[in-house]
Amino acid sequence: MNIPTNLKYARSHEWARQDGDGLITVGITDHAQEALGDIVFIELPETGRKLSAGTECAVVESVKAASDIYAPVSGEIVACNQAAVDAPESVNQDAYDVWLFKIRPADPGKCAAELASLLDAEAYGLVAMSEE
Amino acid sequence: MGKRTPLYDTHRRSGAKLADFAGWDMPIHYGSQIEEHHRVRKDAGMFDVSHMLGLDLTGPEAFPYLSRLLANDVAKLALPGRALYSCLLDDDGGVIDDLIVYFFNAEHYRIVVNAGTAEKDLAWMERQAASFAAEITPRRDLAMIAVQGPQARGKVWRAYPGTRTASESLPPFFAAFDGDWLISRTGYTGEDGFELALPALQATEVWEELQQTGVAPCGLGSRDTLRLEAGMNLYGQDMDETVTPLESGLAWTVALTGERDFIGKRALLAQRDSPASTRRQLTGLLLLERGVPRAHQAVLTAHGDGEITSGSFSPTLQQGIALARLPGAVAVGEIVRIDIRGKSHPARVVKPPFARHGKILVS
Repeated sequence: MNIPTNLKYARSHEWARQDGDGLITVGITDHAQEALGDIVFIELPETGRKLSAGTECAVVESVKAASDIYAPVSGEIVACNQAAVDAPESVNQDAYDVWLFKIRPADPGKCAAELASLLDAEAYGLVAMSEE
Repeated sequence: MGKRTPLYDTHRRSGAKLADFAGWDMPIHYGSQIEEHHRVRKDAGMFDVSHMLGLDLTGPEAFPYLSRLLANDVAKLALPGRALYSCLLDDDGGVIDDLIVYFFNAEHYRIVVNAGTAEKDLAWMERQAASFAAEITPRRDLAMIAVQGPQARGKVWRAYPGTRTASESLPPFFAAFDGDWLISRTGYTGEDGFELALPALQATEVWEELQQTGVAPCGLGSRDTLRLEAGMNLYGQDMDETVTPLESGLAWTVALTGERDFIGKRALLAQRDSPASTRRQLTGLLLLERGVPRAHQAVLTAHGDGEITSGSFSPTLQQGIALARLPGAVAVGEIVRIDIRGKSHPARVVKPPFARHGKILVS
């Protein structure tokens, strides 16, 4: 199972990465794309939308099912990946390269706590394995 | 643990993603559902459909029994090997199941019913058979493999040249025995091909031989998108006991004229003679924006609301398509709106099928 150690993970199968500019980049895990199968449609939030951690804000749909995507941290949506919307199947090819949206945390301290409460690769691996 | 077909271990070995389907552990796909879908539209794929139940019906009153039991008229089956699609109805005209019946002679038929309804069907059929000299024998000793696609027949003949004599001249919807195999030119994909009913012990060998010959193993995922594109109903989703064939796009399968009295006929006649505005219909929808319609989403029309019964992304059309049960007054060509997660999306009412024989049939 492909679970990079430099990312943090939500139980709902999103990955989150804090970049040098302070933004949090979000995508879905390899396990999630594998479980969904061929992805055919992605709906992303409007940029400028402010949301708190755990809010449902995007949808990834495969041929067989629709899956809600939740914001792993609180903040404002500042970027969405139009390339993913235009080629949803690219998420199947590389779920860690094809990000979905970026969040600018409203409060860096709160964001650090939210990131700390996410799972590391090892813990997420156990969650994913239990669903196999 | 679910029930397993004779091919279960073969599927496991080929890395199939398995899931529960009507109580059976069945392959959903072997890697990519969409690739499998395209293989069937353009080349040849095969499906394990051994979870469906074959029944032999024998006896001197097999014909009058089926004439009473089925909404379609088995008298249409004049030539040996001919197959007929029919609904099995209850007294209110509700659909108990849909099935294929094969005619061999007036005292021998083969019936194939859905997996999820097999026990219920069998109980109903046994009950109706009480007053006829007809015997029903379930054939769980058989495996069924559907080989589908424009190259399907050719690849079956390449793998098993001996079957060619028996099956080459079969028109669509005909079947013939070849030794202990029943070869039918039928399917559930909108493509040409064969369905093979053969002894369960041969299933793995035949599956592997066909695979060697270039027939792609396909899961029930692609079977579902193929049948939806082909405008074919799925029992339990597009119809059940709460609706009649007339409300399910299946009026063509009901022989209402003539004297024949079949179970559910009275209810269907009453429904046929009721005002159109009180009736419902099953129709196709083409989503005009990006998105994926799903079963149970609401459909808003100028004549009242309806509901999607089956919806998916169509790999052939590269667009969202659906079957929906709508008020009877809605006409083909009308624009309706599908409620997808609280947002309303325009869709055009079309007459299914959406795609068959590799070609898109709606626009």
